Amino acid sequence: MPPIPGSGLAKGLAVTLRTMTKKTVTAQYPDVQPELPPRSRGVIGLFEENCTVCMLCARECPDWCIYIDSHKETVPAAAPGGRERSRNVLDRFAIDFSLCMYCGICIEVCPFDALFWSPEFEYAETDILELTHERDKLREWMWTVPEPPALDPGAEEPKEIAAARKTAEKLEAQRAQEAQQAQQTPQQEEEEGKE
Amino acid sequence: MNDVLDVALRLIIVFAVFMVVPLVVGQTEHKVMAHMQGRLGPMYAGGFHGWAQLVADGVKFAQKEDIVPAEADRRIFQLAPAVALLPYLLVLVAIPIGPSEGAVGQVVDAGIFFVLAVMGVGVLGSLMAGWASANKFSLLGGLRTAAQLLAYELPMLLAAASVAMAAGTVSLPGIVNAFEWWWLPWQIVGGLVFFVAGLAELQRPPFDMPIADSEIIFGAYTEYTGLRFALFLLAEYAGIVVLCGLTTVLFLGGWHGPLGADGLGWVWTLLKIAVLAFVVIWLRVSYPRLREDQLQRLAWTTLIPLALAQIALTGIVKVAIS
Repeated sequence: MPPIPGSGLAKGLAVTLRTMTKKTVTAQYPDVQPELPPRSRGVIGLFEENCTVCMLCARECPDWCIYIDSHKETVPAAAPGGRERSRNVLDRFAIDFSLCMYCGICIEVCPFDALFWSPEFEYAETDILELTHERDKLREWMWTVPEPPALDPGAEEPKEIAAARKTAEKLEAQRAQEAQQAQQTPQQEEEEGKE
Repeated sequence: MNDVLDVALRLIIVFAVFMVVPLVVGQTEHKVMAHMQGRLGPMYAGGFHGWAQLVADGVKFAQKEDIVPAEADRRIFQLAPAVALLPYLLVLVAIPIGPSEGAVGQVVDAGIFFVLAVMGVGVLGSLMAGWASANKFSLLGGLRTAAQLLAYELPMLLAAASVAMAAGTVSLPGIVNAFEWWWLPWQIVGGLVFFVAGLAELQRPPFDMPIADSEIIFGAYTEYTGLRFALFLLAEYAGIVVLCGLTTVLFLGGWHGPLGADGLGWVWTLLKIAVLAFVVIWLRVSYPRLREDQLQRLAWTTLIPLALAQIALTGIVKVAIS
């Protein structure tokens, strides 16, 4: 059946009228903060206490935007007659966000959980040199890091929990076996006594 | 003395309407168009939902330098915006919005003639601008305007003639007074032809081939800036008001309505004008621009035969009922 003449025109009018009754998609950003998705990569925060100055992040960074300076300190022996230990102390930790490409490799590679993604994104500067942020600024951003979002339904179990659960199950099995053996031993003795 | 005061008051009111209502239509266009495209439109100027956006635009235009191109025909170039704008002011004087003496700027006996003749002058502004700018895009725009004026003035006049035949008068208040509700289906074709042809004459999208900012950079207005450009824009919106007012008076029965007390007829008129203005905006958002040959074909092969058929129908019915 050929279309009714003018039905296309009516359809066009209907589309615009329907759009007018729907909610607009405009983001009123400076007035209304955007709702960011979980795990948003806004900026990198540093939790200094966890940092051991292992330099892994600085070495893995693809564009070398992490600057770390440190010195060694000697810690006196903990117990009398013990040996003195040496320890790394962080002097400078800076990330040049004009170079950073937000790949997140430094965060992935940190073995001590000292680096985190923060959703904070309003740190534009008028001078590119001011985009190199030092440890105090990185520490401020640390406090904006949100709690990790809950796992998706059906997601793989986190590795730590899986390992802990495996150990617990192993221990349980061992204990059960021991209990069984302990029960069987008196029975055997009884049986032996009858004979 | 009293007469002078009366005339002055009427002129002041018409002028105020002329300055304010087109801005209201323009602001409505900003907002309606935005929401039809899923946007919000102006939100800052004036504080509440950008109500003063067009005022801000006006201030901006007034601040701009007034430039006349070196090669332009200076006088004509400077005069063109006034020629485009003033006819709509004159037409507004003659449009009645209520049945009483006080609801029209000036009763003109040959209202339809006056109104249509003066509206035709408005398009001359674009022609003058197109020729005087000494710019090939302006000239193209001007030529297209001329072609459009020739093509669409005829169906507009024929459709208006049909109403004049039906009412037996060419006075605008006379036509509305003679209006009965069954004129609506009787004159519907003429009404559509009049409205579409009027839109084309205003060079509103989808009939904005002479302006076509993406093709010939605003056609006749290419060389204009500042206040003179603003006057052209104001002429477009004043034209919408005038066209909607005329369509209301001629085809939709002006102040007649199913409900409403005596003395409130002007509310009906304004309501009908507002709905028509919304339709004008709606059409702009919904349809793409017609190509030049499609424009001409629509006028000559569709609108003019339809208008002639409407006149024939009007004549037959008129003879049959008399």
